[in-house]
Amino acid sequence: MSHKIYQVNKEFRDIVPQEVLDLEDKATWHDPKRGVSDMTTKKELLEEHSLCAGCPEAMAIRYILASLPKPEDTIIVNSTGCTSLVFPHISLHTIHSLFGNQNAVASGLKRVLDKRFKDNKKDVVVLAGDGATADIGFDCTMHSFFRQENITTICFDNEVYANTGGQASGMTPKGAVFKMSPKGKEFKKIPMYDLAIQAGCHYVAMLTVSNPRRVAKVIKEAVVVAREVGPTYVHLHTPCILEIGLSANDALMEMKSKDKERFSFQKYQTPEAEALIADHKKKGLL
Amino acid sequence: MSKNNEVVKNAAGRKLVSADHILFEAPRTKHFMTGTEVVKEAVRRASVDASVSYPITPQSESAHLIGELWAEGHVGTYFRGENEFGVMSEVAGCAMAGVRVITTTSGPGTLRAIENFPMWSGTRMPTQLILMARGINSPLTIQPDNLEVAYLLETGCMIWHGENVQDLFDMIIAAFAVSEKTDVHVPIITVIDGFFVSHNREAVNLPPDDLSLTEYDPNTSPMPTIDAETPPGRFLRDPFVMKSNYISYATHASWQWEVKAAIERSRPYAKHYLKGLIDVFGDEDAQIALVTSGTAVSQARDAIRLLEEKEGIKAKVIKIKTIRPFPHSELLEAVKGVKNIFVPEYNIAGWLEKEIRSSLYNKSNADIFGGPRVAGGMTMPSEFIVDEILNHLKQGG
Repeated sequence: MSHKIYQVNKEFRDIVPQEVLDLEDKATWHDPKRGVSDMTTKKELLEEHSLCAGCPEAMAIRYILASLPKPEDTIIVNSTGCTSLVFPHISLHTIHSLFGNQNAVASGLKRVLDKRFKDNKKDVVVLAGDGATADIGFDCTMHSFFRQENITTICFDNEVYANTGGQASGMTPKGAVFKMSPKGKEFKKIPMYDLAIQAGCHYVAMLTVSNPRRVAKVIKEAVVVAREVGPTYVHLHTPCILEIGLSANDALMEMKSKDKERFSFQKYQTPEAEALIADHKKKGLL
Repeated sequence: MSKNNEVVKNAAGRKLVSADHILFEAPRTKHFMTGTEVVKEAVRRASVDASVSYPITPQSESAHLIGELWAEGHVGTYFRGENEFGVMSEVAGCAMAGVRVITTTSGPGTLRAIENFPMWSGTRMPTQLILMARGINSPLTIQPDNLEVAYLLETGCMIWHGENVQDLFDMIIAAFAVSEKTDVHVPIITVIDGFFVSHNREAVNLPPDDLSLTEYDPNTSPMPTIDAETPPGRFLRDPFVMKSNYISYATHASWQWEVKAAIERSRPYAKHYLKGLIDVFGDEDAQIALVTSGTAVSQARDAIRLLEEKEGIKAKVIKIKTIRPFPHSELLEAVKGVKNIFVPEYNIAGWLEKEIRSSLYNKSNADIFGGPRVAGGMTMPSEFIVDEILNHLKQGG
């Protein structure tokens, strides 16, 4: 996309909202070095999100948007859930269509964009919760991996249906008591990290969002591998502090404790992905 | 062709021409084809960019043939999706990226996919779905029955119902022309009755295959194409989704009204490309009218011939071509002076009867009989239609 698309007509600058002017004046576009360190000095691509104070998912989305390697050529595909409260606040093309079809929409979109823009590969990034990714959208998620679609799938795993009021999901750990599992969840957490590897993803990572720089590095690598090699999957643990009874200040410590146990940083990459990342690093693109 | 008569060709090397040229001007030659085969011939001449498929009888073969066109380089993107819900979403992704899209399904597949159809119309994508209607489970059936149309009436999609193989070809081309108009730009479901049209071999007149419909221009869409080539879509300062306030209700309501209005705006275009929203056969002054759509039109036409030959009773057939938009004024005009209306249908619900009743309510004094009706895969012999008409008239209908 042309950088000029972000330029506000001079005649309208006096009536255009400041945050839109900031998108032209202070956001980072066309800069492979962009990252989470921009967040303190540059305009973020998320404006006034409507999630709970201290929500790790909000942190995750801010880090992701700050570290997309080519935001000017990135299309975000969302699903229903807490993430759907965020998408209208994102200054990129975003799609919300149905609950659970995000990887299917992304597949069709990416294939056509690759045909239409042969010389400028666009990045299609799916942002969805654990229910959308592994329950209602499980078939669409898995089949996009099997088909080797060139898309990045990022799952915000808060281990519960938070937006609908705290029902157990397939990602809820066994035994956890939530709504719809009043006697404790009866089966094990769905092993999405392992499934993504088995299904053919070329880059798979699992981590909490306690460390912004680590999140940024993973997102950049995942998006670049998806663009050039094949499907990638990033599993982010973003605990729902509301549903597990924590306060806004507790999220970071909660994630740091999980860093040492169930969500310790794991990364898998195929040899093609590894070679591509090494090559990009050599060229200074990562 | 462009204005200066320079020939413009598509990626497959076909001359790009208008829908008017394909439908009304190009010379036609006679072929002997099934409805399935004619889907391939229409797609070949329609500059289709993307199609996603999933097997379900009776539409599978038409989806195979679109795949063959892709393998031969006539369709840009093609693959088999995971199920109809996924397929209709994949098709949506293709359309959002700014290209002309077609897909096909039948019966249970339609119902598996149904959540997508209001999403298509709400997103204002001019996607075309060829619906080869079949029965709906349970018990398991693969037979012809168009009950599934009843479920589609309020999806915000245009719905046309073709009678035969010729209708199917012409409607596929016309459907793109109408649905892609900027002031329409909603999806279109082109229905034919499965097996009766999909698997029946009939004479069909086709234009030459060295021409193809002018390509879709994503810049004519009333909604921004999702290709990151237009300004970023943060057009909502306060997002209306899921908010509990009056402005969010009003936004959602007006959006739905606008989809309905877009279907209304398709009337003049559909009228042009389909040569009218209805056709009337038989004696114009008859007091008995069989108002029907799809395959039932063919059976009804034969029935009025029998009725006149054997009983000396004059009747006419009113063929409804567009279900959405429904041809209210055309129907009212066509039933002027009619005393008895019969609505032959291939489904148990009588969705067309309900449409006709509500359309004519307080406007026509004709007695409306919801039948004859068959379902579950039964055929509707013309003799049966005649018997039903005579029985009803005998009972003082």
